[in-house]
Amino acid sequence: MEAIQRYIAPRSLDEAAEILRAGNVTVLAGGTDLMPQANAGRLPFQPVLMNVRRVPELCGIAKAGGVVRIGALVTISELLESALVRERLGLLWQACDHFASDQIRNAATLGGNVCNASPAGDTLVPLLALEASAVLASKPNGRLEMRRVPLGQFFTGPGRTVRQPTELLAAVELPLPPKGFAGEFYKHGTRPGLDISAISIAFGAVVERKLLTRVRIAFGAVAPTPIRAPRTEAVLEGRAPDAAILEAAAQAALAEIHPISDVRASDWYRRELVRNMLKRVISHVGLL
Amino acid sequence: MSAYCDIEFTLNGVRRQLTVPAKMSTLEMLRERLGLRGTKYACGEGECGACTILVDGRTLNSCLMFAADCDGRELLTVEGVAASELGECLRNAFVANGAVQCGFCTPGLMVQASHLIEHHPGADAAAVRRGIEGNLCRCTGYKKIIEAIQDAAEKRGHAEKRGQDPFPGESHG
Repeated sequence: MEAIQRYIAPRSLDEAAEILRAGNVTVLAGGTDLMPQANAGRLPFQPVLMNVRRVPELCGIAKAGGVVRIGALVTISELLESALVRERLGLLWQACDHFASDQIRNAATLGGNVCNASPAGDTLVPLLALEASAVLASKPNGRLEMRRVPLGQFFTGPGRTVRQPTELLAAVELPLPPKGFAGEFYKHGTRPGLDISAISIAFGAVVERKLLTRVRIAFGAVAPTPIRAPRTEAVLEGRAPDAAILEAAAQAALAEIHPISDVRASDWYRRELVRNMLKRVISHVGLL
Repeated sequence: MSAYCDIEFTLNGVRRQLTVPAKMSTLEMLRERLGLRGTKYACGEGECGACTILVDGRTLNSCLMFAADCDGRELLTVEGVAASELGECLRNAFVANGAVQCGFCTPGLMVQASHLIEHHPGADAAAVRRGIEGNLCRCTGYKKIIEAIQDAAEKRGHAEKRGQDPFPGESHG
């Protein structure tokens, strides 16, 4: 049985990074993933439990120079209540609207969802489609440093990321999507709320004279990490989404995903869902 | 030997100081350390909502919250909600609509419903259903529960307009 030897709640990012530099730290934010994982024995506690909830630098949503910075501690409920997120980052807003339950949305943080790195993580799919980056803070030489990693390179496997144990996710940064960019998030589960996705899709594009440009597609729960689908995007780029193009996009997507069979769905069913639901979300957005 | 931490918080309006193990959940603290057994332990992983409490005015699953994280915060449990005017209104509506069967989910539903009514006073059936999606009832359907919450919201709305007792003539025992 692992034992926590020290509990600490730092009051600044500098202090938090210093604690991480010393090593052997479990980071606690909303607790909604940490608590059940620890109780189930899937995540042994490190000797130091660091609660980052009182670090002010990790809070708030701000826009500057065409980039939206969302602090790692921003909860799913706060994202839902943000006019900026609703109006300019609609894909992310929709995923938050499908996220778990009110009780979980009030506690769960965006940073926690990113660091938990579930292949089915609800916010990760729109974040990938919106070309978000992770901002990682550390103190390697006695000075606070920030490293930016595009989310496309952040996830390395189920529950695994490129974040080093000495680094803390400080924020997620997203460039504002181009004017006219519209999107749709789709999640399939057996219950409307509180379900882990069997698959999820984020599709976005600028629609002009029925042609799709700036196409972005990401999938959840069909590979060891959430993934972007660049070859599927290329099939759609500059095209009108007629039946033939939709089928071509679906076929391209099937070649880009690598689903498994598990308790939530079989490989076959996930492929059927992707094939049919991708067509549906493209049609919805294309008809705007 | 596991680490302990000293915390200070407000519980149902009363200031509390406590020393808790670092990995204790808020639910365990409420039930086992403070004797507040209204908040129920069921799934222990945030699926069922039986342990719902209010923290700084928002509902969350106390089974997923570390007790250490209560430091500096304001907690309201079903005992606190029940003592409020809205809690009384909800309790009467649950009884009047037959929304209680075994009762295990009821405290969590009462807390979640109070949050829902505070934030969406005019919630229709769809909004109530959405608002309680994190609360499971395994006895019966949700129909009576949804009707009870709507009933409470309506009675409270009327009472607020008139500035009156939401359930005139009914006993509040």
